Formats: sequence, structure tokens, C-alpha cells
Amino acid sequence: MRQEDHPLLFEIGSSGLYAASLPKSDVPTLKPADAIPAELLADEPPPLPEVGELDLVRHYKRLAHRCFSIDANFYPLGSCTMKYNPRINERVAAMPGFLNLHPYQDEADVQGILELLYRLRCDLAEIAGLAETTLQPAAGAHGEMTGLMIISAYHESRGERRTKVLAPDSAHGTNPASCSMCGRESISIRSKDNGRVDLEDLRAKVDEDTAAFMITNPNTVGVFDEQIGDIARIVHAKGAQLYLDGANMNAILGITRPGDFGVDCMHFNTHKTFGTPHGGGGPGAGPVAVAKHLCEFLPVPQVIKRDDGTFSWLSDRPNTIGKVRSFYGQVGVLVRAYAYIRAVGCDGLRDVAEKAVLAANYMAAKMKGRYPIPFPPPYAHEFVTIPDFPGSGVTDIDIAKRLIDYGIHPPTMSFPIHHCLMIEPTETESLATLDHFVAAMLAIADEIESNPEVVRTAPHTTPIKRLDEVTASRKPNVRWTSE
Amino acid sequence: MRFTQFTDGQVEQALEVIGVDSIDALFVTIPPALRLKGDLKIPSGVSELELLKDVGSLTARNQDCDQLVCFLGGGAYDHFIPTVVDALSMQTEFLTAYTPYQAEASQGILQLFYEFQTMICLLTGMEVANASLYEVASAAAEAVLMATSITRRRNVIVAESVHPDTRQVLDTYLRSQDMDIVTVPAPDGVIDEQALLTALSESTATVLVQSPNLFGCVERLDRIVPIVHDRGALAIVSTDPISSGILKPPGAFDTDIVIGEGQALGVPMQYGGPYLGLLAGREKYLRKMPGRVVGETKDTEGRRGFCLTLQTREQHIKRERATSNICTNQGLLAARAAVYMAAMGRRGIAEVASQCFDKAHYAATQIAKLKGYELRFAATFFKEFVVRTSRGVEAALAACRARGILGGVPMARFDERFNDCFLVAVTEKRTRAEIDSLVAALDSA
Repeated sequence: MRQEDHPLLFEIGSSGLYAASLPKSDVPTLKPADAIPAELLADEPPPLPEVGELDLVRHYKRLAHRCFSIDANFYPLGSCTMKYNPRINERVAAMPGFLNLHPYQDEADVQGILELLYRLRCDLAEIAGLAETTLQPAAGAHGEMTGLMIISAYHESRGERRTKVLAPDSAHGTNPASCSMCGRESISIRSKDNGRVDLEDLRAKVDEDTAAFMITNPNTVGVFDEQIGDIARIVHAKGAQLYLDGANMNAILGITRPGDFGVDCMHFNTHKTFGTPHGGGGPGAGPVAVAKHLCEFLPVPQVIKRDDGTFSWLSDRPNTIGKVRSFYGQVGVLVRAYAYIRAVGCDGLRDVAEKAVLAANYMAAKMKGRYPIPFPPPYAHEFVTIPDFPGSGVTDIDIAKRLIDYGIHPPTMSFPIHHCLMIEPTETESLATLDHFVAAMLAIADEIESNPEVVRTAPHTTPIKRLDEVTASRKPNVRWTSE
Repeated sequence: MRFTQFTDGQVEQALEVIGVDSIDALFVTIPPALRLKGDLKIPSGVSELELLKDVGSLTARNQDCDQLVCFLGGGAYDHFIPTVVDALSMQTEFLTAYTPYQAEASQGILQLFYEFQTMICLLTGMEVANASLYEVASAAAEAVLMATSITRRRNVIVAESVHPDTRQVLDTYLRSQDMDIVTVPAPDGVIDEQALLTALSESTATVLVQSPNLFGCVERLDRIVPIVHDRGALAIVSTDPISSGILKPPGAFDTDIVIGEGQALGVPMQYGGPYLGLLAGREKYLRKMPGRVVGETKDTEGRRGFCLTLQTREQHIKRERATSNICTNQGLLAARAAVYMAAMGRRGIAEVASQCFDKAHYAATQIAKLKGYELRFAATFFKEFVVRTSRGVEAALAACRARGILGGVPMARFDERFNDCFLVAVTEKRTRAEIDSLVAALDSA
């Protein structure tokens, strides 16, 4: 990245310029004032920027230069599974025949995409070890909300209105927020010192008013909770449902299946587990898989295979929770997930989990001398360390920012434990990259001892230094104005 | 295909560093009884070439809107996408970046979102906007929840002329919150203002209308918004951002929250998604807004920079007390929309809107001249309109399809009462010759 002053779009260009060209209209021109009431007619066009094509290209090219990305940088961002996004998936998603389909075309004209979606939903159900999947949710958090609505509908079908949802204190923030979106109260369950769910606390809090227990397994500190069988029994004994936050599926693909360890309902994050691009914060997709007793509540429409071998949308599902999104889901993202699963296959998926777990344990083993890891190995696909450099004044944030100077994107900070770094290498990194990360972390540890200031004031190589986020929040400026 | 990079020798090397003798030993915490016996029942991996053949066999069974002439609308539109949109928004620095929590390493995408927010404000006539939501229907649900939180009232009114997907998604969201929705009819293609007046009460939190609406008609926001405000409720308007090239934007009518489907701004139709939901509002409601918001600030050396801001509204800080559970925007789609708006610019957006308007009106006039066809509504429309036919909707559209034309969306898909109607959308991409072919096809039915 270069040090340079970079103007806003609104500060470049000249009145009258634009970077698009349309053919001349070949129909009679209608005077808008003759067809639109004066009260509704615009006085003048909206004041969008006026920039020529080359300057537009340079503007966005320069913005791209000012971004870290998987394609250019290692991204050991815990719980986010920043694996390589295969190029082939972009090619597939952009193929004629997928890209320009209108959602209201007749089913006869879209049999190919319907079959793809049908195959994907079946593959995801198999990976989950559950009965059926909906592809409609737009993201992981959207999937959580959908799952909780399905669970609520299940309880209501049995004449019960359960108001509480439990989740471990290490849960992603979306879990309690999704509960609120569903009008449910969220209750936190303690974790033990070894990172596992405190079963005593769970037993004490789960009751006949509990709709579900939401668990992430492997969890956010990077351990697979081997008590999962007991957890499922405790939860089910009270008639509650076990929900799996599928954020960490990368660690167990083809090794174990949520349905086999007692899960009733779960969501996938295709942008984590199946390599669809994060896109600077979306689009993701959050398919939800459910056990047999929950299928009748899934959102509509559902893609089905008819007896004659054709594919179709089923909207008639009397006990459905309804629709959670326009049309059918994030189809372009789902196409990429399909391509990924087809390309790596059952053998490749297991290889993904094995190499992801190998990489995390390798880095943990090499770092633990200088960076304390509060839980014993082995780890799943990620691990947390709580850096401890007493007297240096250096925090987890400083170390994270200093990593940027080494060309590495910072790990997740202060989640799920205050001042921790959560590190997830993913399966796609080479041994050399893992070694580079470890070397950088050890070099930073040395710097903290010899020259802590360089760490405390990092980063030094970026176009800007640390930002005043407090003022940004206190006096928000969220849009440009000409004043 | 495999995207892992460990050689067998490196696996051994790593295991030695870890101090175990097999990868299997790393999975000891998974009880053996819970492990999968054998392989997942999905096919083995294939090579890139085989994958292309596999998906090629699927795409071959689709007829897309490059092969067919598309007059379909109803929330997804076949607009022209300039080449620069793909070339610039799909740069892998944007494609493969994460949510820009680390501002120093993400200035490019943060500035892009800031510019996106600004351009959405300019298009909608609003004071502030977020960095996008999933799509219009969930944006409607988020906007309604925002309005109920601002007004501390729980009753919601929705116009029947709002797209059914939006109404159904809203219903799903609100049902789990135990909130009531009252639907106000639109017998003439626009909301019945008298019925709206009757439905409003002191407990009405908000009224959601769409303009241009499901039927393509332009709502009288100049009259509706004051009616809503009279009862202390907030007005939410769902809009087509392209329409601002010719129509006054919702912000010009004192609207409180504007939402919209951003697909028309340079996003391919791709069978319904991913698109992007737009949400803009008044500055005083900024802290009640859901979703990602980027703000301008300064770095320690006084240079301009951008960061995610107002994060204390969000789930990763506030957990169950967050304004929403949402934890992404539609970043890449916001990038597409930003490049589209910047490329079109002030002149281009007006030209697109005028051409849509002219071509839709030309098509409507020609169709209405045919025997057995008439426009269902007299209200002002923008780029789509409802046609009623006595010749049978199925027959009419089949006649079009036989000539390679997707003639319209049967209205029965949305509402059985309209089973003699279909919805025709005409974008700037359609030519006079294509419109004349549509008219001829309809006449042949």
C-alpha cells in the first residue's frame, strides 16, 4: 500500500462527464410532465458524481490497493475461516445460463439451476447428518434467526410457547441478538476453565420454558466439547432443541456430523466452510439444516424433485414459518458453494478438516513458548492465546496492529476472552506461510522486550495510522456533503 | 480439486512439531461413537475440467435472458451493466477481503462504503444511509423494527401495493415479535388514502408503502406522508433507486426511512440473489439504524481516514440488546452498486430512467391498442405496468415464449384476484423492435 492522499469520488471529475454510454432511444420521447404529476416529478437529476471512465478506473484501482485480501495476505482471523476462494467458483458463477436468469422465469426454462440447488441442499443435509436443508437464509445470523423461528414453530405446534434460549458465554454475539430478533430471552451458560460447557450450569438453567440451547462445536476457543452427547441428552430431556452454530464446521467436515451428535437444527456459513468469498463483508449465505421432526416448519419455497425427474418450487407447506428473504436465497453464492463441494468431493472435505486442524495445532505448538494458550491441546481448527508481556504496556490490539506491518491480517481480538487473540489458519495455507506467521509473532515478542514503542504505535506501513474511532462515533460523519 | 498445500513430508514434519504420530490423534476429543463411519454420501472430488463439464450440463438446461428477450420485473430487472462495474467491483482485493474491522488494512473498501452511503443519500434524498442489508424484504423488516423502536408503538400498516415477498418476510419477522400488521388495500393500483386514514391510530408505529409499487404505479407520497405524520407515525418508503432519475426521491416528501432493492444498480439478476437492501434515514435516527455504517475520522497524524462506526449498536458489542442481529452488509454488491452509480453519474442515471419511462410507456400504449388487452390501472407508472387480457394470461405469455420473449409475470403469482393480468417491465435495454415483437406476439395469442 502506498502513502498518498486519496480524494473522494465527489472531489474528482467535472460537470457533464460520465463513464457510461447508452444507445439513443428509438421510441417516441414522452414529455415527463405530460405523464407525471408535477408534485412527483424531479426538478433535476440526482447529484451523483460526474467522472470520466479512466479517472473512475484509477479511483477504484487505488481503493483496491488500500485493502488487505486473502489473495494478497494471510488472514488468520479466528472463527471467520478465511480460506482461499477458488478462482474456478467465480468462473462458474459468471457462466451464461446462471448469471442472467430472472427469478420469475418458468420452471421449464430453469431446470439446470433448480437441479443445482436441489443437489446442494441434499449435499448439505448429508454433511449435517440431518434430514432437510433450506437455502433461503442470506447469512449466518439470518440462518440463526430462521432456525430459532423453526424451533419456535415446532414448540407452538405442540401447544408450547417457550420464551428462553440458552447459549454458552463464549457464543458469537449474533446468537443472543438472533434470540432478540425472535422475541426470545437469551440466557448465558458458563464455560468451565477448560473451555467446555459447565454442565451443572446448563442443568440448572434448562427447563420446560427453554426453546433451545445454541452451541458452537468446536467452540470459539477452538476445542471440540466431548460432552456433546450429554449436552444433547440434558437439553432433550426438557423438550428443548439443540441448535448448532455452524461457524466452525470446517473442523469436522466428514469427521463427524451434527445430526449424529444430537443436533436438531443448524446453519452453515457458505462463506466460511465452502470457500465462497467474503466480499468485504458479504454476500454470505446461511443454509439451515433440520432433523426430520422440524422439516414441516422450513421456509417456503423449497426446491424439490418431482416423480417425473423434473425440479420445481414447492410453496404449499401448511406449517411453514413463511419466507425469510425475497425470491429464493443468495443463489449466486450457492452456485459457488455447489462448485466447491463438487470440486473437493467427500474425500476432499475430510482432507479440509484434517489439514485445517493440523495447521492450527502446528502453529499453536510453535507459538506456545512465547504466547500462553489457556487450554490444553489438541485444538480444533483454531486456538486462542492471551498475550502476556507484563510491564510493557503492549496489548492484544498492539500486537494485532503490528502484524499488519508484517503483511499479515490481524487475528480476531478480544473474543471470546478479553484481550485474547483467536487464530485460525485454515487448511489452504502452506507450511511456509504458517512459519512466516509464527516468525512474525516471535519477532513481535522480541520487539516488545527491546522496543515496545514500535509495537504500541503500529502499524507503520499503512496509508493511515490508527484512527480516532471515539470521535467517529461521537460526532458521526457518515456521508460526504459539499459544504 | 484440492486447495490444500501440505505435502506428505510436510504433514509428517508438522505432526513431529506437534508431538503426535497421526492426524487422527488430533481428533481424540471427538468421541469414537459420534464419528462418521466411512465417507459422506456425496461424490468424490473432480478436476477443474470435469467440474466445468458438470456445471455446463446444468447451464445447458437453463434459457437465460441473454437468449430470451426479458420483459419480466416484479423486483428484479434486466438493466444494462457497464463493463467497468465488473472490472472494478470484482477486483479480488474487494472480493476476498473480510469485513473491514481493521481500518488501517481496509481503507479502500471503507472509503468505497462511505462513498456508497453518500450516493444512496443523493439518490434517495435522505440524510444518512447504511452500507447495505441483505435485500429489500429483510430491509423492510429491519426498517419496521427500527420504526417501532423509535416510536415505541407496535402496530404496523402496510400497503397492499407493496411486493408480496416483502410483505411475507415482514410477516415472518413480526410474527415472532407478536406485532400486528394491518394491510391497506390498493384497488386502483395505489394505496387507498381514505382506508389508510381509517387504519391509522395513535398506536400506529409506521406505514410502509412502495413507490413505484408492485403494479409499477407511483404512489402519491406528497399526500401519503403528511397523513402518516399527522398521527405521529413514521413513513417508510420502499423505492426503485433508478426511478430517482426522473421522479422526486422519497426524501423530498419528508419520508422518515427509505428502503429499496439495489439490484437495479449494476447487479446481475442471477435467479434472485445476491442483491442488496438499501436503507437510508434521517440523521436523528442514525443510532437506531441497523447494519454496518462507515464514518469519516482522522488518524493520529491528522489524515482523513474511514472506519466502521457506531458499532455499539451492533451484536458483537451489544449482544441481545443490539439494534439487529445482522453482522454483514452485502459488501460486494455495495461495491457493484457504488461503481454503477459512479459510472452512470448524474447524466447517466437520468438517461436510464428516461429511457425506461419512454420505452415502458411506448409498450403500454401499443399493447393497450390490441383487442383484448387493456391497462389494468390508470395511475402514473414508471417502468412497469399491469395488463389485463381477455385472451387468457397463459395463452398470451405462451405466445410470447414461443417467439423467444418473456412477456411478463402472471399476476396470479402474487394475488389470485388478478388472474386475468400480467406485469410487464421495460428497461432501457429493450429496443423498439423487441417491444414491437412483444406486441405482435400478444396479438397472435
